[in-house]
Amino acid sequence: MSGGILILVEHLKGELSQISYEMLGIGRKLAEASRAPLYAALLGSDVTALANRLGAADKVLLVEDSRLTMPPAGTVASLLKVLIEQQQVSLVLVGGTNITMGVGSMLSVRAHLPFVNFCREVRLENGAVVLTSQLFGGKIFSDVRLPDGRGIVSVYPGAFPADHDRSERASAVENVPVPIETSSVVFKRFIEPEVGDVDITKQNVLVAVGRGIQNEDNLALAEDLAAALGGVICASRPIIDQGWVPLSRQVGKSGMIVKPKLYLALGISGAPEHVEGMQGSQSIIAINTDAQAPIFDVAHYGVCGDLLEIVPVLTEKIKARKG
Amino acid sequence: MQAFVLLKLSPDTVDELTVAADGKSLETEALRFKLGDSDEHALEQALLLKEKYGGTVTAVALEALEVDDVLFTALAKGADRAVKLSGEFTGSQSHAAAGAMGSFLQSGDAALPADALILLRSQAIDDLDGEIGPFLADLLGVPYVGGVTGVAVAGEGLLVTKEFAGGLRGEFTLPLPAVLGIQSAEKPPRYVPIAKVRAAMKSGRMETAEIPLPATPASFTVERMYKPQAAGRAEMLEGAPEIVADRLVAVLAKNNLI
Repeated sequence: MSGGILILVEHLKGELSQISYEMLGIGRKLAEASRAPLYAALLGSDVTALANRLGAADKVLLVEDSRLTMPPAGTVASLLKVLIEQQQVSLVLVGGTNITMGVGSMLSVRAHLPFVNFCREVRLENGAVVLTSQLFGGKIFSDVRLPDGRGIVSVYPGAFPADHDRSERASAVENVPVPIETSSVVFKRFIEPEVGDVDITKQNVLVAVGRGIQNEDNLALAEDLAAALGGVICASRPIIDQGWVPLSRQVGKSGMIVKPKLYLALGISGAPEHVEGMQGSQSIIAINTDAQAPIFDVAHYGVCGDLLEIVPVLTEKIKARKG
Repeated sequence: MQAFVLLKLSPDTVDELTVAADGKSLETEALRFKLGDSDEHALEQALLLKEKYGGTVTAVALEALEVDDVLFTALAKGADRAVKLSGEFTGSQSHAAAGAMGSFLQSGDAALPADALILLRSQAIDDLDGEIGPFLADLLGVPYVGGVTGVAVAGEGLLVTKEFAGGLRGEFTLPLPAVLGIQSAEKPPRYVPIAKVRAAMKSGRMETAEIPLPATPASFTVERMYKPQAAGRAEMLEGAPEIVADRLVAVLAKNNLI
């Protein structure tokens, strides 16, 4: 790797996203190993205050402009292209999140660099950059080598520790004058999360249902189990998309991040997008018919079996025990 | 509005995935292919837009095993045209998919229609080299928004809803023509009876377009594909439902959860 490393700082409504710290952590490690400078690109409107919290970077490249309120992917990609040429950057890290979605792909076209998605590990092997990506819902890993160590990498949220890079030390900040193209994609407004009947982030016990529940009528089984345990039900994306469970109860990447005392996953395969939302739960129990389902890699206890047979028996036994 | 839905099949992960002898790819012999959830939602969103605002829906799919069924199903659901892009696309990545779709939309001297809306999956489980949507949008020189969960016509253009995180969403406007990466449609994908799919098959309305394999830019090298070794693994409880339930109750009790 001949040039610098740049991370695209992700922020939402004035707050730095967790993924920003995760990328700073990886970037710092690579920077030390390759003796390359680590840049943090901070783009947005009214974001100067955030620059003080990016101390893990050697330099913050700040582009502040009122037109950069929730900028579209194309605008961000164009800005990053200028920055990586100006600063002679080899490796760009962007967040694998809905907020940044599209930026890496567009930047790779415009900067003529390869783009690697779903990355959960970055390492140097004899000076070469080798990445490990997770594919097919986490069932297969792929090791990829970047030619000349140059490329754009989308970092999967939650795959890297972040806490030690919440550096409060001030970093050098450079206001970079970059022309901002006017985009035909215009941000209009935020739509706040729907307020549900319960806040699943505050529950001690969650019974989560996935595709394995098969149909809406079977939800009653999960509801009964949740009631017996003193909890509520929540769901993975396919169930929410079917309209069987309200959006306010979605767990995962675009839903809620939950950390209950007990997370009981029924018929959930454990795709990375779902795991991102529940891996911090204290006790995880999973029931699934597929013995290879990735949910068993994050669960503490697992049952390979048919939830439709097991759940009613389990509910009755819990009720009996509680009297 | 002329809606084009790009459909690309992905390996069905319900089946066991096996790494091929080269250690760098999947064993394709045993693979079954299917549409991903967000592909299904992209088609549904296009059909909803047609129902609400009129216009046409053209379903376009890259040639692959089982692709005929997918296209006939699209016709049965209400698509006006179904086009199979014929070529060696098996195992091809997002760049190639975008290139093929770009060639179809701008074949010969034909320009992209001014009222074209291209809908496709936001991101799929095998998009190792990136999402198709941004590649296609840049190729066509039109705007792109991904992670979309709602689309409405607003004036000459569109008002789209994009999801961020934690239930937070945002609204954006953009003109046509445009590319949208659909995360989920406003309604669940519709069910279509098999009889209707068979009728679509008999109608023979599927078109085929020969597309030269697009040149793909210099990319990374896949060195190895493998099944992950989990850092942790659940303690598996085995037995008949009665026995498993007893053991689960014991686990819950041990952890002071009941």
